[in-house]
Amino acid sequence: MSETLFEKIWKSHVVKEKENEPSLIYIDRHLIHEVTSPQAFNGLRIDKRSVRRPDLTIATVDHNIPTTDRSLPILDETSSIQIQTLETNCKDFGIKLFGKNSKNQGIVHVIGPQLGITLPGTTIVCGDSHTSTQGAFGAFAFGIGTSEVEHVLATQTLWLEKPKSFEIMVNGKRKNSFAITSKDIILSIIRQIGTDGGAGHVLEYRGEAIFDLSMEQRMTICNMSIEAGSRAGLIAPDEKTFDYLKNREFTPKNYDELVDDWNENLHTDSNTQFDKSFTINVDQIAPQVSWGTNPSMVCDVTQTIPFPEEFGNGVSNQIKSAEKALAYMDLKPGTPITEIQLDRVFIGSCTNSRIEDLIDAAEIVKGKKVSPNVRAMVVPGSQMVKHEAEKLGIDKIFIDANFEWRESGCSMCLGMNPDILKPGERCASTSNRNFEGRQGVGGRTHLVSPVMAASAAIAGHFVDVREWC
Amino acid sequence: MEKFTKVTGIITPFDKINVDTDQIVPKQFLKLVQKTGFGKYLFYNWRFEDDGTLKKDFILNNEKFNGSKILVTNENFGCGSSREHAVWALKDYGFSVIIGTSFADIFYSNCFKNGILAIKMPKDFVESLFTYEGNLVVDLQNQEIIVNNTKENFEIKQDKKRRLLDGLDDIDLTLDSENIIESFEKNRTIPSII
Repeated sequence: MSETLFEKIWKSHVVKEKENEPSLIYIDRHLIHEVTSPQAFNGLRIDKRSVRRPDLTIATVDHNIPTTDRSLPILDETSSIQIQTLETNCKDFGIKLFGKNSKNQGIVHVIGPQLGITLPGTTIVCGDSHTSTQGAFGAFAFGIGTSEVEHVLATQTLWLEKPKSFEIMVNGKRKNSFAITSKDIILSIIRQIGTDGGAGHVLEYRGEAIFDLSMEQRMTICNMSIEAGSRAGLIAPDEKTFDYLKNREFTPKNYDELVDDWNENLHTDSNTQFDKSFTINVDQIAPQVSWGTNPSMVCDVTQTIPFPEEFGNGVSNQIKSAEKALAYMDLKPGTPITEIQLDRVFIGSCTNSRIEDLIDAAEIVKGKKVSPNVRAMVVPGSQMVKHEAEKLGIDKIFIDANFEWRESGCSMCLGMNPDILKPGERCASTSNRNFEGRQGVGGRTHLVSPVMAASAAIAGHFVDVREWC
Repeated sequence: MEKFTKVTGIITPFDKINVDTDQIVPKQFLKLVQKTGFGKYLFYNWRFEDDGTLKKDFILNNEKFNGSKILVTNENFGCGSSREHAVWALKDYGFSVIIGTSFADIFYSNCFKNGILAIKMPKDFVESLFTYEGNLVVDLQNQEIIVNNTKENFEIKQDKKRRLLDGLDDIDLTLDSENIIESFEKNRTIPSII
């Protein structure tokens, strides 16, 4: 019988199943951070339970951690308590922690692949919705709630209803593969299928335009699967996948054997029917800019802010929500995107903070200066990314251009640390969510690619980055 | 977990689409290390002015809905971040039933782990509730919602129903199968991380 890649991974992880009931699924990798885990460890303590497989679990601090000098104490007391709580929990339960001063610290979805912890064909969970990032390696990787974190800690399994399969066929060739990025591809997809288009489904991205992408670009695509309502999105592994994971710090010793097996099995069989299918062609894709307060409210950089009626297409709820979004964003329909003036630029987050993102952004910035009206910052996704960038001299390019060059963490993607927007500030951000107040109460977020953010920082407003390269 | 019983009372109509969990509990309140006390942060930025006074036009601040245990929402409620804090806040505030046309996957799953019954209903029915001011009865045992003496049935997976009605602990249930987990582990080929 022909099967999808997802079905194969699912089947090989079923511990127990019964018709019309959820299946008990084995979890190969459990990643933990400070925000969604303390209540789970408390639960274990109350019931006198232990962590079943500490050897399949790793932890890091990313959400709360300041991106300024790490030798200084953390001033926010509640952040500091949450970080200390994780340190205590990891010590008490025997879990490996990449803490504040570790060379491996970083955003959990960035370090997983960098350390070779993320592997094809595995099940990976984390109490964070952007765990879907790691689906780029052909894994079933998805975000879970804190109760589920506790469940995985105690049992290394989860009860899950089997999601349906959704094929996203990405055809064609980008006209300017430097200026048109994988961020523009995924924003175009969400713009069309909507923020709940993938609900109840696992997305599989396929087609020549996907396999044309590097591993880091593929991660950007899978990362935003959750913004289309899908808990997970994945891409079949190929030579690029196997090369990426080779010789990483935690790459398994029997890696070559595993690769042989993955090569043979981890793909969707030909002629397999998906439950749902969507096709997009990337030939004509332009740089994308979000204008509203959810990631489907997006347009081309060459367009103008849409009228709510036009966006809502006759659906009253959609029209209402577009009106509310434009009021929050303080934008008028008909305004060209390139006339939107910016106060802040943020290059970072689990969507776009990897070394290739920084190399590309630096290419735009080189020899130029940030507009005097803009405060711009670069937050590498991990200490490993930061050190690699510094080895390449990229930090100097950003610093010379008046960007702030920071330590690694989630930072202004969600502003749990001191990196936040002030009320009314407008930001071009390479992150994943433009929700109200996401980057700071009253802050206004426009989602874009790293090269679009970099060019906007220089110009002080959005520009069509294709004209710059 | 407490056993779920029949809920009777007025509803809070909240006619909005794509309400994300960043709105349900903003990030500045995710730093607590316990599960309790999140009710005061529910919809914080929509509920309070900068000086901490109540925003008059926000639905939860309408005294008419004080004590309501049933929230009626529109499509894709709870999208975005996986934060279970959103569900802890709704529960702590007093909601034990949420009726909507659709829910985001992780949020929906989180509800049932915390004794909240999330019910998916057809659009017409949900929209009729937005203007309904009487009492509603939500009867999980019989899978029905009673409006004006009219019964509307709802669908729910039987395992979710059973776990809510019995207040069962998921981990206890799973550990009953520990021997099966052990034998599964013996055949695994994916090595440990460390």
